[in-house]
Amino acid sequence: MAYKVVNTPQIRVDSLAKVTGQEKYAADYSFPGMLCGKVLRAKFPHALISKVDVQEALKLKGVHAVLIAQDIPGSKKIGAVIEDQDVLSGEKVRFLGDGVALVAAESMEIAERALELIKVEYEPLPGVFDPLEALKPGAPLLHPEKGDNIVNHHRVRKGDVKEGFARSEIVLEREYRTQFVEHSYIEPEACIAIPAPDLKGVQVLGSIQNPFSTRKMVARALNLELNRVQITQTTLGGSFGGKDEVMYIMAARAAMLALKTGKPVKMVNTREESFIESYKRHPYYMHYKVGATRDGKLQAMEIYIVADAGAYASQSPFVTWRSTVQATGPYEIPHVKTDVLAVYTNNTYTGAMRGFGSPQVIFAVESLMDELAHELNMDPVELRRINIFRQGSITATGQKLDDHVVSLEEVMDKALSAINYREKIGQKSEGPIKRGVGFAISFRGCSLGAEGLDYANALISAQADGSIYISTGVSDNGGGLKTVLSQIVAEELGVPISDITVNVVDTAFVPDGGPAVASRSTIMGGNATRNAAISLREKLVEAMASLWGVPHEEIGVGEGKFFHIKNPDLSLSFSKVVEEALRMGIAPLAYGTYVAPQVTWDEELGQGNAYFTYVYGCQAAEVEVDLETGKVRVLRVAAAHDLGKAINLKTAEGQIYGGVAMGLGYGLLEEVEIQEGYTRTLNFDTYLVPTSCDVPQVTPIIVENPDPYGPYGAKSLGEPTNELLAAAIANAIFQACGRRIRELPLTPERVLLGRSLREKKGRRASEIK
Amino acid sequence: MEKVKIKLTVNAREYELEVYPNQRLLDVLRENLHLTGTKEGCGIGECGACTVLINGDAVNSCLVLAPQADGKEVVTVEGLGQGENLHPLQEAFIKHFAFQCGFCTPGMLMAAKALLLKIPDPTEEDIRKWLSGVLCRCTGYQQIIDAVKEAAEEMKKC
Repeated sequence: MAYKVVNTPQIRVDSLAKVTGQEKYAADYSFPGMLCGKVLRAKFPHALISKVDVQEALKLKGVHAVLIAQDIPGSKKIGAVIEDQDVLSGEKVRFLGDGVALVAAESMEIAERALELIKVEYEPLPGVFDPLEALKPGAPLLHPEKGDNIVNHHRVRKGDVKEGFARSEIVLEREYRTQFVEHSYIEPEACIAIPAPDLKGVQVLGSIQNPFSTRKMVARALNLELNRVQITQTTLGGSFGGKDEVMYIMAARAAMLALKTGKPVKMVNTREESFIESYKRHPYYMHYKVGATRDGKLQAMEIYIVADAGAYASQSPFVTWRSTVQATGPYEIPHVKTDVLAVYTNNTYTGAMRGFGSPQVIFAVESLMDELAHELNMDPVELRRINIFRQGSITATGQKLDDHVVSLEEVMDKALSAINYREKIGQKSEGPIKRGVGFAISFRGCSLGAEGLDYANALISAQADGSIYISTGVSDNGGGLKTVLSQIVAEELGVPISDITVNVVDTAFVPDGGPAVASRSTIMGGNATRNAAISLREKLVEAMASLWGVPHEEIGVGEGKFFHIKNPDLSLSFSKVVEEALRMGIAPLAYGTYVAPQVTWDEELGQGNAYFTYVYGCQAAEVEVDLETGKVRVLRVAAAHDLGKAINLKTAEGQIYGGVAMGLGYGLLEEVEIQEGYTRTLNFDTYLVPTSCDVPQVTPIIVENPDPYGPYGAKSLGEPTNELLAAAIANAIFQACGRRIRELPLTPERVLLGRSLREKKGRRASEIK
Repeated sequence: MEKVKIKLTVNAREYELEVYPNQRLLDVLRENLHLTGTKEGCGIGECGACTVLINGDAVNSCLVLAPQADGKEVVTVEGLGQGENLHPLQEAFIKHFAFQCGFCTPGMLMAAKALLLKIPDPTEEDIRKWLSGVLCRCTGYQQIIDAVKEAAEEMKKC
């Protein structure tokens, strides 16, 4: 079917504001009488707090409030999955980012001076910084009331791995590790809390990825009803999964200060504060054992993964659940045993980040597949062809993939062909610079899956002049969702995009759309918006049918008009249609809802239809390895992704370019170094985000196999683009020089020496007292 | 702390201001002049979100004390083009989808403007080098590079 607006590269609706500096982000707002809020953070990664004395700070001129844990009016602990995170720590601190006291003052300088005047007495406790150590009996406990340090333990049990390994002619065991990664949104966390006497509560404006979950947490901490907390999302200066829990905490703290002082309070993290406090992508320890026959058919896979959750659970249960479902990679394996644990440590807590538990396991399993191919003396492509998911394949969790197109081989062939894999695979070069090519493939469940109820809502309301509002709780994280939703409404109502406004996500005015996470915004928010648009169209068609006295099936819609298909004289512009509807007492607005198809999950056995649909991707990279320095340069990347249907081709390509660049950082450059609980990488001078000189030419390949559930067949793209490149680079390095590196990032020292030069243990002499 | 008087031109308008000697140019732009298009991302001159032009050079305004800008000519994103009168770089950024969240965009545009002032006909390598002082986490740079190439072409025609 041909579309008029959907599936075309429409210009982004936020274009003008974003290229002229007019777009407003949280820190750009100010209000009369506004105070500056600051946080005193922990001095030790694990310590009991014996005393907090705020008297001197309170005396400082210009200080309006100093608050500690005792001042929290409601729940002292919050959390989206498990309520274990301190809004402010009163009894003990569990990582360096914990807050102990809050200050609201007339300027940043005064607030910072006040922080220095707060006296906190600690009794340091032994800490645990390695999740494998944290599992051992006798390890220090982060949350002693839980009895151990285990956040969660997910399993998959399929067949009998003993039998599978017995049948195997080759068995490999390998260990892989990944690092802490910072989202590195360029806009640091920021919000402003404003006392709202009319609400008998508080409003918080901020760079908040999920306003509805933030509202719930602020309400819990402040002991207020949900309708007394209004969360207004400001334009997000990047999020990538990162402005969730950290913003619950910041919003709750700012709200406490605002209600205490009766004044607006702005909180903006410095980049250093952001690195210390904000949650990271989980480091994973991954032990894989795989068995296959000599002809390359996989027989069994046994996987044991320990994820470092840091001090708080955050999204660890869900992140590691996705890892559990996808840990085998997209391969048919009769016997699978998977155990994935998330474990508390005194490191910075870890949570949602673009990929959500997939980049780690893909690095492991895609490295492993190449290692197995090498051991079998087989081409890595052929090994995959023998084992990959095809139409009707059964996943490790027992799900039959038969109601969408399983396009794994298609994306693999397209990416390999775009990078000239066949010609490049055998290339030999003299001298220290070696070239190689490698790739990785994946399957990925769309949206939340069996994490929880998966629904979205949208409200479309036409105004008297024919202009239109779209209201939905699914927010634009920067990827262009506002444009995508506008395109959907323009398509269904036949109106120009310029007549449509997508409302700010504000918990007081828009329906809860569930979070903008899990690459679900287009598939879920898009479906709800489309349903609302169709419903409004039908309502207006009925009105016109009754006005003109013709059957409703004879009413056409398009080109900004409603018309009678048999009589060209009966035609009204959209604005006139709205006017007529209003005159007839028909409200020109409609709700749309979308509830995701049923999924199932048996937590004991790890069996079920985990997600209602999947996307497939392949990324291939050509690299240059300098054997004298260990430096790896990525020369080019081809990225093929089946997204079902692109609503906007250009924003879709933008997702690929951006995801690839972030994947390159994950593979080669980025690591938040946390040494015995102390964060070493505090800013972008030591934490290396790829620059325009690091990112090579990328060939995006958009594959469209429309999905039965998605709007116009559209599925997901944001996260799959970010999960593959690290593994592809590791495989390319092996092809180039025969060195297999099983730990990220693939730094020069790891390539050259096979190990990192930086010690995780030990403290700097200057810090030992 | 005693304030000091400075004179500077921002976006072709002259200002006489009293500023604290420890105020950064970034703070003066955002707080005193309410030009919030210039962003702060790191505070140490690494991310480039605060890039402005000072006498035609791309500079991290978080690393410049306001008194150091005394007597200088400053251009921020607000001075690049507005409304109907967009700069070719802004037009090209829109056409090529050269932004997503948009937070780095003002810095990126000013870095690109500085490049085109010095090298009107840049190679791709020039573009990559000149933009490498501004971090973008969303776009992977490709569409930005395409936009700068096209803007350079357009500006040659004028």
